[in-house]
Amino acid sequence: MSWSHWLLQVLQVALALATAPLLVGWVNQCRAWLQNRSAPSALQPYRVIRKLFHKDAVIAANASPLFRLAPYVVFGTMVAAAAMVPTVGTGMPFTTAADAIALVGLFATARMFISLAAMDIGTAFGTLGARREMMIGFLAEPALLMVIFVASLISATTALPAIAAQLVTQSAGLYPSLWFTAVAFTMVLLAENARIPVDNPATHLELTMIHEALLLEYSARHLALMEWAAALKLFNYVTIGIALFVPWGIAAEEGAFALLVSVPAFAAKLLLAGAGIAFIETVSAKLRVFRAPEFLATAFLFAVLGLLVHLLLTG
Amino acid sequence: MVAHVWFEQASPLAGAPGVAALEVDADSWSRVALDVAATAGRLVAFWAEARPAGGSWLRATYAAEPGVLVASLALPPGDREYHGLHEVFPAAARMQRAVADLSGPEARGGDRRGWLRHAAWPTGFLPLVDAGEPAPPAAAVTDNYPFVRVTGDGVHEIAVGPVHAGIIEPGHFRFSVVGEKVLRLEERLGYVHKGIERRLAGRLLGDGHRLAARVSGDSAVAFSWAYCQALEGIAGTALPPRAAWLRALALELERLANHLGDLGALGNDAGFAFGLAQFSRLKESLLRLTERVFTQRYLMDFVVPGGVAVDAAAGAEAAIDGFMATLAAEVMRLRQVYDEHAGLRDRFSGAGLVTPDLARRLGLTGLAGRASGQAFDLRIDLPCHPYDELRPVKAAASEGDVEARVAVRFDEVAESCRLVRDIIARLPEGPHRVEPACPPEGAMGIGLIEGWRGPVLVSLTAGPDGTVRRCHPHDPSWHNWPVLEHAVVDNIVPDFPLINKSFNLSYSGHDL
Repeated sequence: MSWSHWLLQVLQVALALATAPLLVGWVNQCRAWLQNRSAPSALQPYRVIRKLFHKDAVIAANASPLFRLAPYVVFGTMVAAAAMVPTVGTGMPFTTAADAIALVGLFATARMFISLAAMDIGTAFGTLGARREMMIGFLAEPALLMVIFVASLISATTALPAIAAQLVTQSAGLYPSLWFTAVAFTMVLLAENARIPVDNPATHLELTMIHEALLLEYSARHLALMEWAAALKLFNYVTIGIALFVPWGIAAEEGAFALLVSVPAFAAKLLLAGAGIAFIETVSAKLRVFRAPEFLATAFLFAVLGLLVHLLLTG
Repeated sequence: MVAHVWFEQASPLAGAPGVAALEVDADSWSRVALDVAATAGRLVAFWAEARPAGGSWLRATYAAEPGVLVASLALPPGDREYHGLHEVFPAAARMQRAVADLSGPEARGGDRRGWLRHAAWPTGFLPLVDAGEPAPPAAAVTDNYPFVRVTGDGVHEIAVGPVHAGIIEPGHFRFSVVGEKVLRLEERLGYVHKGIERRLAGRLLGDGHRLAARVSGDSAVAFSWAYCQALEGIAGTALPPRAAWLRALALELERLANHLGDLGALGNDAGFAFGLAQFSRLKESLLRLTERVFTQRYLMDFVVPGGVAVDAAAGAEAAIDGFMATLAAEVMRLRQVYDEHAGLRDRFSGAGLVTPDLARRLGLTGLAGRASGQAFDLRIDLPCHPYDELRPVKAAASEGDVEARVAVRFDEVAESCRLVRDIIARLPEGPHRVEPACPPEGAMGIGLIEGWRGPVLVSLTAGPDGTVRRCHPHDPSWHNWPVLEHAVVDNIVPDFPLINKSFNLSYSGHDL
């Protein structure tokens, strides 16, 4: 591992931290356009985060240290996750320490902390949100794992950069199994990131919330970290999707020249993915909460189909 | 005995067409209620008035076959109890509690918990009877309201409001749930009690319509028309024909604005923001048109005693007619989108079910009632001028779920578009306003107008020197709030906002 690998690693994490709110802003902007509304600036999430960091935190009197700790843990896990997902280059020394299965574990850790913190205060909404979040989580995780297994079977590794580096040399037509898993992954992405049709990120109705209900008691810097972590989570998911299904353009070898291609390619893919999410959110209505398991079971089914197709075709 | 026998004994009352008044004794009081119920009649409103001679009048208004009957029971001074109507008409329960809070008389065997009094004034002080201001409490008083507890394995409570995550009116909802399933909902209202009835007393009669219009902002035309109808009735003022038609125009514009807003909000609450954007656009265009024609976006001070405040702007007819044609076409297309969207249909269908039988027993009224087989509409059943000539078509459904309430709204939007164009085409010439006469002291009139939410009643009694002695504005939300508690049972918690929105009841009009 050369220093340039480490530089690329640091660069990729910094890129994730810096651009994650922009991706959320872009999705919101696309949503507004698709709904014939005049859109807020794509920079709005940065302004919100900045505003929140300048506010004084209000914390419930009966909050335990867990409640104060959770935003840092959640944010930290999302940063760590960003270090495992290749964005513009595949040379990432950090991934020798943790693979895609550990990544799923990191997401689960974040979920556990955010849910425990929501229940910590003891309000009805926090508990309600935590309960629903756990329900979504335990259904989404197997589907996500199954998606990763299919990709791992193809490339014989569970490290995401290695998977991407392997897939980028092939053409997608060779792997119909990946098309099934792509559908599964998109569904998991929507569910895990509190998007319509599973959750509504724009809702003001406290009784229907999942993700927002978990954050109701947070304010100021804690809320800013939670919001930023949520943006990072969406960013991570989208980049996992890009690495698994459309890795072309990613810098597989060293050198500044490769980055000249991979950075614009990655930006274009992010923009497309954001617009795609906004489109799905615009044409769908929110599911009844008890339809969410059906939705995620379908995702799991697609992932299993992908696995079967892979086994059938490779014998 | 059946209800029409009581109508034969009654004498006609000024104001809305078909209203009759009858003074009854304690014995007939309950018999009238039973007879009205036996002939599929409904309770319209219940309130109390202080008698000049001491004691109070209890007034129950019923809608039954021949018309509307106001039964009045005199309660002598010192007598605080009367036979409650809640066993016959469950909707009366909360009105009786409000009467106990504000005027004193208590229903025998009724719920004794306060309803509108939130420890805001001392126990024993009766805002509508006692003069002067109550002494402010020395320290803040905690209002300990005994909610009904549901016990059992895994049952827990979710307390929502009165402060909500969105900017809506305040109300408290106490859910008893198992998991996500609602076992029971109990409402606690009264947070926006503003003392409107007391404020109205003593005002000039010619000024009261302005406060009446503000009872519930979304029904401003309905309330101010009902007030003016009662006032013009007791004053013997003949309304110029053009004014009546302009009022109908305003009422239909108000209905359209509210329905368009609700249809968008219903889509949004199901996570379909496209619907909100489209219907908001249509509603905004409608409000701008209203402003162009009548100089106001929301017609707060439009209906005035003796007519309307402003005549339609010159050349407005063509603009309204053209807009209504486009509006009807656009709403038709959006209805298709709503009808064909699988996700929306899944959310709307079967949610918040109120069967026609339950609706009849609980007295569900207005728009929500029409979605549950209670096909009553004052514009058709007891039309005041010009509805007797307009002959609107009644919207009706009997499924009683959110989908039915959406469908009734769509039907009424289409019908209102047609009515508006009809009104424009037939608008008579002439003055739009006359000076109302001064009614004699003690005269009582009833105004009854079908607002967008349901029948709005205003009872008005004149005092000395052209002042209001007593005015009671009654919003249909009084009847529908308790039904909402039944509509959510067995639904899941996250469906409540959608069900609630499909009723879209008024807090302000209810809390007064």
